[in-house]
Amino acid sequence: MGSTLAGWLQAIALVGALALCYRPLGDYIAKLLTSAKHLRVERGIYKVIGVDGDADQRWPVYLRSVLAFSAVSVLFLYALIRLQTFLLLNLGVPQMEGHQAWNTAISFVTNTNWQSYSGESAMGHLVQMMGLAVQNFVSAAVGIAVVAALIRGFTRNRTDRVGNFWVDLTRISLRLLLPLSIIFALVLAATGVVQNFHGFTEVTSLTNEVQKIPGGPVASQEVIKLLGTNGGGFYNANSAHPFENPTGFSNLIEIFLLLVIAFALPRTFGRMVGDNRQGYAIVAVMGLFWIASAALLTFAESQHHGTALQAAGAAMEGKEQRFGIAASGLFAASTTLTSTGAVNSFHDSFTPFGGGLTIFNMMLGEIAPGGTGSGLYGMLVLAIVAVFVAGLMVGRTPEYLGKKLGGREMKFASLYILTTPTIVLVGTGVAMALPGERAGMLNSGAHGFSEVLYAFTSAANNNGSAFGGITVNTDWYDTALGLAMVFGRFLPIVFVMALAGSLAQQQPVPATPGTLPTHKPLFVGLLSGVILIVVGLTYFPALALGPIAEGLS
Amino acid sequence: MSTPTLTPVPADKAESAAPHRVSSGLLDPKLLLTSLPDAVKKLDPRVMVKNPVMFVVEVGSVVTTVSAMANPSVFAWSITVWLWLTTIFANLAEAVAEGRGKAQADTLRKTKTESVARRLTNWPATQDEEEVPGTALKLGDHVVVEAGQVIPGDGDVVEGVASVDESAITGESAPVIRESGGDRSAVTGGTKVLSDRIVVKIASEPGKSFIDRMIALVEGAARQKTPNEIALNILLASLTIVFLVAVVTLQPMATFAGAPQSMIVLVALIVALIPTTIGALLSAIGIAGMDRLVQRNVLAMSGRAVEAAGDVNTLLLDKTGTITLGNRQAAEFLPAPGVSTDELASAAQLSSLADETPEGRSIVVLAKTEYGLRARAQGELTHATWVPFTAQTRMSGVDLDEAEGVHQVRKGAAGAVSNWVSENGGSVGGEVAALVDGISAAGGTPLVVAAKVGAEPARVLGVIHLKDVVKEGMRERFDELRRMGIKTIMITGDNPLTAKAIAEEAGVDDFLAEATPEDKMALIKKEQEGGKLVAMTGDGTNDAPALAQADVGVAMNTGTMAAKEAGNMVDLDSNPTKLIEIVEIGKQLLITRGALTTFSISNDVAKYFAIIPAMFAGVYPGLKHLNIMGLHSPQSAITSAIIFNALVIVGLIPLALRGVRYRPADASSLLTRNIGIYGIGGLIVPFVGIKLIDLVVQFIPGLS
Repeated sequence: MGSTLAGWLQAIALVGALALCYRPLGDYIAKLLTSAKHLRVERGIYKVIGVDGDADQRWPVYLRSVLAFSAVSVLFLYALIRLQTFLLLNLGVPQMEGHQAWNTAISFVTNTNWQSYSGESAMGHLVQMMGLAVQNFVSAAVGIAVVAALIRGFTRNRTDRVGNFWVDLTRISLRLLLPLSIIFALVLAATGVVQNFHGFTEVTSLTNEVQKIPGGPVASQEVIKLLGTNGGGFYNANSAHPFENPTGFSNLIEIFLLLVIAFALPRTFGRMVGDNRQGYAIVAVMGLFWIASAALLTFAESQHHGTALQAAGAAMEGKEQRFGIAASGLFAASTTLTSTGAVNSFHDSFTPFGGGLTIFNMMLGEIAPGGTGSGLYGMLVLAIVAVFVAGLMVGRTPEYLGKKLGGREMKFASLYILTTPTIVLVGTGVAMALPGERAGMLNSGAHGFSEVLYAFTSAANNNGSAFGGITVNTDWYDTALGLAMVFGRFLPIVFVMALAGSLAQQQPVPATPGTLPTHKPLFVGLLSGVILIVVGLTYFPALALGPIAEGLS
Repeated sequence: MSTPTLTPVPADKAESAAPHRVSSGLLDPKLLLTSLPDAVKKLDPRVMVKNPVMFVVEVGSVVTTVSAMANPSVFAWSITVWLWLTTIFANLAEAVAEGRGKAQADTLRKTKTESVARRLTNWPATQDEEEVPGTALKLGDHVVVEAGQVIPGDGDVVEGVASVDESAITGESAPVIRESGGDRSAVTGGTKVLSDRIVVKIASEPGKSFIDRMIALVEGAARQKTPNEIALNILLASLTIVFLVAVVTLQPMATFAGAPQSMIVLVALIVALIPTTIGALLSAIGIAGMDRLVQRNVLAMSGRAVEAAGDVNTLLLDKTGTITLGNRQAAEFLPAPGVSTDELASAAQLSSLADETPEGRSIVVLAKTEYGLRARAQGELTHATWVPFTAQTRMSGVDLDEAEGVHQVRKGAAGAVSNWVSENGGSVGGEVAALVDGISAAGGTPLVVAAKVGAEPARVLGVIHLKDVVKEGMRERFDELRRMGIKTIMITGDNPLTAKAIAEEAGVDDFLAEATPEDKMALIKKEQEGGKLVAMTGDGTNDAPALAQADVGVAMNTGTMAAKEAGNMVDLDSNPTKLIEIVEIGKQLLITRGALTTFSISNDVAKYFAIIPAMFAGVYPGLKHLNIMGLHSPQSAITSAIIFNALVIVGLIPLALRGVRYRPADASSLLTRNIGIYGIGGLIVPFVGIKLIDLVVQFIPGLS
């Protein structure tokens, strides 16, 4: 079977599987977010943490809960990493520096999973399981909880309550992420992903060099790494490592896992607002961007101009022979359009346009389909901007799903779309202005610049994948990227929560034939245009100096 | 507006049938010149800072001026000059919009000539009066005004009746009657009493009279940003910040690439990217929207009200005057058995010649138009004794001396004519009674025609069907409103039966019969409860609470002061049908705002393709491929983009003032059309425009 045909079949199988899951999974999430019933184990948890599971929170309280929970998580994870040399199952790894531990703790709590360390040589099994894996669950759950609050802002009227964070967090973790993880951990293990508590295994390579490879509970961590769009690999090579991602089939499952929740959430949205067509419109925009990006990326990678590329048949540098171009392109597009950041190939070695696309995907704000929860709330904020601009053109002050978009709503939406580009561009700009930090680059010229741009784009958008090529484990990069991750994660959450509160307080306006329809193909096109022009174009000058300059030369 | 007077819209235009288009005043090119000094005055940074987008352009202009002076070149000065022009063009748009209002304000101000008031010091006990200047009048003072004098302030007539010339305010030359008590008691300062004598109780503080407020409104002095404008400004400000950040951070990146950019180029890039088009035109659009209402003789007390008009979900329309012509009219003749229609028509006409009521005249008209009977003047018939219509007899008719004896014809209310027939030995047959009941049941008014010749018993000839006549084109209008998603509710004092018949004929969605002010209020609250916005018209004092409660309350100028105070708009023509136009103007305002925002944002794509290759093709030659317009040189490309950016503002001023074309339609078709024109158009137009400018600019030495 030719690799092109295999690529097509994989893509079709993937789309089919995602489409099959859209309704049941979306409806299931909607149900768990709206149900009044608590499980016994949940009631137990509420009792322990002292929460009234039936009491809804006002948006500032909900937000404070999110922030407090995350702050405690960062501190706990930081302590765990720093203290792991004194704890069990540490595999004898050396103690991590303070700045790197800070960066790592932030990274996992913000659902970024930027790793300035090498997984197998810096983390013992205890930290991997008690620290990183736990954050892989809850940081994903936090994203879904925030979007749940935003959706409630649309569905609720004249109230200041947007739900209970602790209930949402618990239910999403226990009823959604945990069962799915168990099922798919078994599936992954069946495909050959390792799951054990072994220490290092010595392997002699073809060139007679000795490699020390640790075993570990990889499958269980791999599944949530993808399902929760986290992306932090057990091994440094991430999903390119044969212990994490051994075959073409496991690769397909991994792509499926990192997309499935984000693609099902629009259904949850449609379900909760009582109009499934709204969900279809949103998922259509996400799907369009995803398909276009995967196709362009694969196309860019299979075009071969250089001598080496022609000899190899395609741009195979940095890609795994067992996956090939199509599966690598599909993975790269999916991981950068979600906030996953897991990689099965080396993005730094992509063709300029291919690599540029991975950066551009993240720059769009990771909304197609985006991270668990964060993708949908990012998309809904952009939908609000699109409705605001276009809504006026039907001769009414803009309203989305019956809620008026006034000054307050636009303030928060504007701040949201302002935040990430500012972090990315200021971070990159400062890095380029500092001679010492420029030295971290492996390459010079446009490609070197792309490496820095990629790093800040990845951190601010909470993606976590790395272009590679620059040395980021320095005081400066650990700190700067850590800040980019914190602000890139929590400032938007603050604005989304404020938006949710402001929407929930409104009395809805009934829909009439004079209302802007937000479920039709025209709106899908409109929203796509707004995303490209309002968000994408902001980065055009920066991209022109990086991948575009490199690609056109 | 080109003519500095308030011209009332001709009635036929205001009531024209669908399809129609909201029209508006034209832009007088002279205004562009006369407003130029104002535009320059607005360069004051304290004024500019209120408009964040244009303030950035002004700061940029200052920066480039300084750089151009330090390192003079044709390019630097071209950019500098065009940046200043961009700022001035933006101010020009606002100044022109305000200028149109100023002309109207001046006309109004002329009516505010110092008048001397005759204040009654101890009214009503005595008629003692003293002369005080009009400006010294206080709330609650009583003044007397006689024929030929100007009413010194707003108030209500508390004694007497007078005809008043209100043309200063309404532009309508026919005098109106103002009398104490009732709903026609309000008088406006600056209007002139033509006959009789009235006593007016002053109802406004000095300096806060209706005319004062009108002047402030049309001048834009009282203008505050509307909620939607504020929201849009926030979005524009944030886009401006994003682009500022994008350009400021570009410099270190460019330096790394080996192509540090000059201040001039960076400023040019910022100005090209930030949404200057909409930023420049936003306030002009708002002012022009209010102005379009003024041209239709509607005064909106706030921009918020105009915006709300676009959002209205429910229109409460008074039946009389809005939906129907106001008087019942003869619609058909229904003959009794054995009587020909012609005989009935002839008798109906004869008996109505002495009936001067509108109903009576409508019978004569119907006989002429539908049955070809020549209208006969009373004097034509000799030996005729006319019986005029009175409220007591409720009949009219004529007694003709003919050879056969006296030929008596009578027409009138069913009861009155039945009695007359019985008294004269006749009887009303069952068929006629059935006709009468049928008409009543259908909401019409039956009039019976009977005749008696000589000594024969009187006999009934037939029935005239009088009904409310729905204005032409109203049904289409309501269909249109329905497509726009607006529900119409007819308000009438008629009984439910009559109301239902008219509602069905006119095609309104719902009706409120036997409506009291309380019912109206309850209806408004009920609609608002469901999140709907309600618009209504009213004139009486008892309408005031409902007018205040409605989101758009249009008070008739003929109405009481209380009604005018309660509403947020006043219609100087007192034409309730105008409510529909007001809604359309509100929508047109919002569409214009959205269309130009979309246009402005879409324009960025082309500007990137002009400027980015110009900036970096030197260091990365591959970026030349981005120069898809094939612009001549980096300097000409950047200059062309900036010139386009400035010219597009001027080019769009007429559109901003006139409003985009608006035809009532549902949201989907409006959106498709406007995205096509302003979204897709906004993508394409700058590519063409910049290329064309470049074709000229490239010949300027120093730019090639």
